[in-house]
Amino acid sequence: MSTNYEERGRGYNSDEDLDRGRGMQGGRAGGRRMHRRRICRFCIEKVDLIDFKDVRLLQNYIPERGKILPRRISGNCATHQRMLAEAIKRARNIALLPYTTD
Amino acid sequence: MANRQYEVVFIADPVADEGEVQRLTDNFKQLVTDQGGVINKAETMGKRQLAYEILHKTEGTFVLMEIEGSGREIAELERRMRVNDRVLRYITVRVDEDRRRAEKFKTRRTAKAARKNRAAGAAAPAKVADFASDEEA
Repeated sequence: MSTNYEERGRGYNSDEDLDRGRGMQGGRAGGRRMHRRRICRFCIEKVDLIDFKDVRLLQNYIPERGKILPRRISGNCATHQRMLAEAIKRARNIALLPYTTD
Repeated sequence: MANRQYEVVFIADPVADEGEVQRLTDNFKQLVTDQGGVINKAETMGKRQLAYEILHKTEGTFVLMEIEGSGREIAELERRMRVNDRVLRYITVRVDEDRRRAEKFKTRRTAKAARKNRAAGAAAPAKVADFASDEEA
């Protein structure tokens, strides 16, 4: 499942450039190894609760395609990613956010 | 058993005007109080675009209600909303547990900060004392 995702990302950048900043070896020899420090924005702002009605906030974590932005890109900690995912799913249910776009 | 807190959001049909949405909300409020629940809040979030079509509608009026109760009134409320044609969609979220958890995080954080402060506070005077003794010496 995950391999599938990565192959897609490496191929053509079909979706928006999701794999920017992914801490993976680039595949090509001598490709630079990008390493970005992981910072959980929610931890810094000391968010304890993510509200599913807060569309403005949640929108930051759904790229064009409408998928939930993975943790390896956003840098969120596990706890907050879980809360975020839950909130996004709830928001989708009542049509505040799309399940898919186009 | 402690009372549970719920957040109920429903989408009212865009065909319904403000008065009708208000009536609908009052209806639901009445229903919940009849069943022994308590309404903490009921507000309209306004008409907004839906992220996807529901029953060929592209917009709807969002109404938020905060309810406290045993859970039985939620069952009845959901049943009514399911039957009602004016309600495009609803969602019920139990919030008391998450809020308690958030509260716990918060107290833990403040406790930690206090501990840190105390440690720093204890260290600082010692330092001052050190300087003082240095100067004396």
